[in-house]
Amino acid sequence: MNEQRRILLAKTGLDGHWRGPSVVAKALRDGGFEVIMIGMTTVDEIVQAALDEDVDLVGLSIGGHVEVAERAVLALREAGIERPVFAGGVVPPWARKRLEAQGVEVYPPGSQLPDIVAAARRLTGLSAAQ
Amino acid sequence: MGRLLTLVERSDEATAEVQRHVDVGAPGACILGITGAPGAGKSTLVGALLRHALGAGHRVAVLAVDPSSPFTRGALLGDRVRMSPGGLPAADVFIRSLATRGQEGGLSHAAQTCAAVLAACGWPWIIVETVGAGQVEVDIAATADITVVVLNPGWGDEIQAHKAGMMEIGDIFVINKADRPGLMDTRRHLELLLSSRGADAPDVSIVETVATGGQGIEALWREVMACKAVLFTRAPSLRRRRRLEHLLGDALDAHVAARMQRLLSSEAGAGAVARLDQGSAHLPELVDELVAAMFQPPDGTKPD
Repeated sequence: MNEQRRILLAKTGLDGHWRGPSVVAKALRDGGFEVIMIGMTTVDEIVQAALDEDVDLVGLSIGGHVEVAERAVLALREAGIERPVFAGGVVPPWARKRLEAQGVEVYPPGSQLPDIVAAARRLTGLSAAQ
Repeated sequence: MGRLLTLVERSDEATAEVQRHVDVGAPGACILGITGAPGAGKSTLVGALLRHALGAGHRVAVLAVDPSSPFTRGALLGDRVRMSPGGLPAADVFIRSLATRGQEGGLSHAAQTCAAVLAACGWPWIIVETVGAGQVEVDIAATADITVVVLNPGWGDEIQAHKAGMMEIGDIFVINKADRPGLMDTRRHLELLLSSRGADAPDVSIVETVATGGQGIEALWREVMACKAVLFTRAPSLRRRRRLEHLLGDALDAHVAARMQRLLSSEAGAGAVARLDQGSAHLPELVDELVAAMFQPPDGTKPD
């Protein structure tokens, strides 16, 4: 009953494309997660938020610059945060390979919301069924 | 700090463990509560206050509470979006989003304990932002040293201003979005309300802000500091006792509620429901029996 899972959703792209992360946030909320949204942020702010909020999973919405996402993952690990990271957004296949090499699960456009919620459950150690 | 609050939020046992090791009275800390209707601009105001206070060299922790869904237990905690400290020193700021997790009253039970733990851990300023609140979500006044109620121009009329609840708890009233029409009317209604409080009522100030543009934030912070100065010089021991009394009440509440839940889901609870169902007992006598059972010592002997 007290095993409430918390997810940080951050946008690494410095653009105003909110639709993707907000749709995903709503699906995760309806899946029973506590979703902490932070907007367009720097890598430092993502690390700080992950520490303060003590989340079980970090979701990155990537707006084109895979390098920023890579740096975010590196910075999280350097800060001692070993929680899993998953990512969505416009991620070309070459970028997807680079992120997956860092252990990041990638959900490119066309991914289904139930699959994303199921992934969040699996990555936070919950059983697959809701 | 983040991990510690997770423990506090997760279980009452962990909270009890933490509370054995800290001075929950935290005489040095000032808890500032921010409440008001949904969309009044509480988060934006907290963000602006946070940046102002950090810029002035204060260390500030923020607890931002948003509602949990009663259906899925999920929650969208979006206050942090508006609170970026904007490059100010990260060591001086701590922001934590909390979901209500089924608690009514505008605050999570955990928020009250988290505030006390942050205070005990040496954070001098703790800003607690409640969920968007209407009229009766007044828990915050008991938790906070200073309560700020956020309104907007065009809000209600003088009847609203005289209604009980939220309008009684403000130490400072903020009219946010003050660049919108209706400012003077709202101000007049508030002044009328405050002037009718009687001569011995404490001074309450009204501050106009446009939080998105930062207007009025400096004036608001001045009022907060003035309130704090009064609080900390006038009877600090009384303030400490008030806080301790509230924490004790809250801890008792949580403890009794947990016992009650255990009892209800036990055989005794099911038996009581069955007797109600058969018509062999009435509610009042069952309540007496169950309450007696709740405080029975573990070895089964009944207290005299």
